[in-house]
Amino acid sequence: MAAPYEAIVIGGGHNGLVCAAYLARAGKRVLVLEQRDRIGGAAVSEQLFPGFTFSVFSYVVSLLRPEIIRDLELPRHGLHVLPLESTLTPLPNGDYLAQWNDHDQNRRELARHSLRDAEAYDEFGRLMHLMSRAIKPILGMPPPDPASLLPRDLMGMGRLGKYFRDLGAERFHALHKLLTMSSADYLDEWFETEALKATKSASGIIGALLGPRSPGSAYVLLHHYMGELDGVFRAWGFAKGGNGSVSTAIAAAAMSFGATIRTNAPVSQVLIKNGRAVGVVLNDGEELRAPITISGADPRRTFMQFVGAQHLPNELVDGIRRFRFRGTSAKVNLALSEAPNFTCMPGVGAHLRGAISISPSVDYLERAYDDAKYGEFSRRPYMDIILPSMIDPGMAPPGQHVMSIFAQYAPYDLKGGWTDAKRAAFGDTVIDTLSEYAPNLKTSILHRQVITPPDIERMIGLTEGNIFQGELSLQQMFFLRPIPAWARYATPIEGLYQCGAGTHPGGGVMGASGRNAALTILGKMK
Amino acid sequence: MILKPTPFHPRTSVLCESHAWRRWSGYLAASSYELSHEREYHSIRNAAALFDITPLYKYRVQGRDAARLLDRVVTRNVARTKVGDVLYTPWCDHRGKVLDDGTVARLGEQLFRLTSADPNLRWLEDCAHGLDVDIDDVSEQVAALALQGPTARAILMQLTDGGLEGLKFFRLTATSIRGMPVEISRTGYTGDLGFEIWMQAEHALAIWDALIEVGANYGMAPAGMFALDVARIEAGLMLIDVDYVSARKALIESQLSSPFELDLAWTVNTDKPSFVGKEALVAEQARGPAWQFVGVVVDWDSFERLYLAVGLAPRVPIPAWRMSVPIFSGGEQAGYATSGGWSPLLKKYIALAHLQSKWAAPGTSLEMELTVEHRRKRAIVTVVKKPFFNPARKRT
Ligand SMILES: Cc1cc2nc3c(=O)[nH]c(=O)nc-3n(C[C@H](O)[C@H](O)[C@H](O)COP(=O)(O)OP(=O)(O)OC[C@H]3O[C@@H](n4cnc5c(N)ncnc54)[C@H](O)[C@@H]3O)c2cc1C
Repeated sequence: MAAPYEAIVIGGGHNGLVCAAYLARAGKRVLVLEQRDRIGGAAVSEQLFPGFTFSVFSYVVSLLRPEIIRDLELPRHGLHVLPLESTLTPLPNGDYLAQWNDHDQNRRELARHSLRDAEAYDEFGRLMHLMSRAIKPILGMPPPDPASLLPRDLMGMGRLGKYFRDLGAERFHALHKLLTMSSADYLDEWFETEALKATKSASGIIGALLGPRSPGSAYVLLHHYMGELDGVFRAWGFAKGGNGSVSTAIAAAAMSFGATIRTNAPVSQVLIKNGRAVGVVLNDGEELRAPITISGADPRRTFMQFVGAQHLPNELVDGIRRFRFRGTSAKVNLALSEAPNFTCMPGVGAHLRGAISISPSVDYLERAYDDAKYGEFSRRPYMDIILPSMIDPGMAPPGQHVMSIFAQYAPYDLKGGWTDAKRAAFGDTVIDTLSEYAPNLKTSILHRQVITPPDIERMIGLTEGNIFQGELSLQQMFFLRPIPAWARYATPIEGLYQCGAGTHPGGGVMGASGRNAALTILGKMK
Repeated sequence: MILKPTPFHPRTSVLCESHAWRRWSGYLAASSYELSHEREYHSIRNAAALFDITPLYKYRVQGRDAARLLDRVVTRNVARTKVGDVLYTPWCDHRGKVLDDGTVARLGEQLFRLTSADPNLRWLEDCAHGLDVDIDDVSEQVAALALQGPTARAILMQLTDGGLEGLKFFRLTATSIRGMPVEISRTGYTGDLGFEIWMQAEHALAIWDALIEVGANYGMAPAGMFALDVARIEAGLMLIDVDYVSARKALIESQLSSPFELDLAWTVNTDKPSFVGKEALVAEQARGPAWQFVGVVVDWDSFERLYLAVGLAPRVPIPAWRMSVPIFSGGEQAGYATSGGWSPLLKKYIALAHLQSKWAAPGTSLEMELTVEHRRKRAIVTVVKKPFFNPARKRT
């Protein structure tokens, strides 16, 4: 009897769903197995308090690939990405720094802090635009392995080489700096306003146990501008209904092509016969077979749990052991009876429709990191905050609000281990810190959810709670993600593939890993 | 002021941070309130947007023969309407060419309000010859707002004393807002859930304030013509002087359009005993129209390639454009697009186009002219059925 499915995808995270959708679109019979009672993984919306919808984990769409939006017709399946209008950085002295979308408004605000920075801003933006254009094509292709002599890798390297040659000196030098410098140092070359440097450098530390002065953190700055390149696609913004609607739109597309999605279906292992993956076993012992199995879970879970070291070459096992997770990010989700009132910019206004960044200075961020270096959570954490209900009124009852606080650092390996008391203490620290800028916050909290890295691991299976399925640091990117020989979605087990954020190009609600994996698999199925 | 302020001007002028105004029938109309129209657009699809639509021409048609007059003028059947019905309809000259389009609302057995884009008093009076009917131009006495978007109903339900809950698409109800009488019709120019609120001009400011106050908790934003233009293109709704030329203004034969050529066959009721243009329309119906008014979608890859070829990231038109853009089938000109732009919701570059019938079938692949870095290029476009966007909430 022919197996009813041609491919099984483990994990209904957005990458697993993208992969399934592309396979189904190509006419393959695909089954997605998700352990939770809902799909989405780290891109999920849940009504945790009556009337209030939380983007539980990820909260903004960063780099969702436009080709995926087009190929899967995600708008038709309900995706509506709304603009985030600004970034507000409140300062301890009662002032603020705001970055606005409108050029004149932004320039005027920056000039208040530094006339030089107001000028540099545009030039910086231009260079980053050019750089991200140069880098962008790499996102859409399986990374060529520079150590390989296979024709496909040589051709891939050749194409990359041409990109770099075509960059010209200005961009090549900038790229080199971005790859080697810390974000703080890189920004020092451009700007003098502390809050501006800090807020910009924060994008280089998201999800990593790195500080703004750690080398290599500069590269991630580029990712920010890559979103802008796809500006018209609003690859950067807020998904109406929360980030779960990215997943539900992808799932709807997948189902429209005939894919089957099963929730409450935790996979315990991949079935391996004669060195080949032939399907999966669920926790309850049910066996499901298919000639192709694709894991959307992270590399450690995929190789160490689903496959097992005994089936794998030693280098791979070593490589996976060394692959760094070290989750450091936490989430505090609040239901509020009223909008927060920031002392620096009182009232309800456009600033509440953008991001609010608690990053007054580079020192502030670096100190937050120092705590984590020694196994403590930050006494004064970095925070990236949005108020989804200010952007989409459907997220909370009229006049009330939901607040999403992404906070760092809360290291997975907390000294003494995480306990309920420590979780509560971290939640208090976040709220106390934020209340210094918005004093009405504390009294308006109706419900609070604090999620630490161990919670992330427990809830959605992300090893060590790393939000990107493995740190997005340079030694773990491109042809090194997750490990050198197996960075092209395949694995040493025939018939087994990977499609999660733990593969190139990595984390974020981007879908690129899922798409690249599907195209690779379809290429082989032909 | 040479350009007339609407009764809402004391409020809208304060809100108009962009100072971007345009003319609309001799009135000042905000192009956008904020520095960019982006959020105003998204408010239409995500929350609610409030438009000042006072510059529409409004006529009160009253009397024993009111329905007969309107049935003589417009192409749809007015006699069959019930009180509370609203009709969207074009009207034609004797050649069956469109003069204007607007709505007819039946406010009472013998009382109607006609809205139009251009002045029509003289035409109505001329057509009323021998009929027992009074026609008043109430354009200045009646102020109007459109509240459009998914939260529009919730906002109005906070403010009105009933009538809104079950109000169906293209129905109208008489109710009040904070004690001020209004008529609310479930109509609009966005293709979304939406309402239009008709009021006496002296209540305009109080009603505006009430809406702003309640709307604040529902994501409502006052919105201008840039945002509206994008939404109406997505909804496939045509605009006079942009997508077609009124038969009143056409200087040459080829500038005229029949309802059939504007995709309005559904509005032409040839069962009616007689109306202006009927004979010509019956003949055209048998013949089939020479032109059709359709949607086209620009093929992204072909569009992007044109920009990549000169080393640029693709640049889509934000805000929407209004001009005539040639569309080709190989060496032949198949027609022309008249409005187009980037749909932030659908993530597509869309346009409304007039095509000769042989090229107008959905799925037909054509080429549209565009200018990339000062050079004329062509991008592939595909003919699609209008509207581009048609959410279930519009009708339910
Ligand atoms: C707190 C937090 C905040 C973030 N913020 C942002 C943000 O704002 N913007 C952004 O772009 N990115 C953000 N990210 C990162 C982004 O969300 C992730 O990188 C991305 O969602 C990963 O998607 P994925 O499909 O690769 O993996 P996942 O979402 O991890 O999906 C894996 C799926 O596999 C399932 N699974 C695991 N084990 C099993 C099993 N044994 N059997 C069956 N199913 C299994 C899981 O339940 C999950 O659904 C954030 C992440 C976190 C955790």
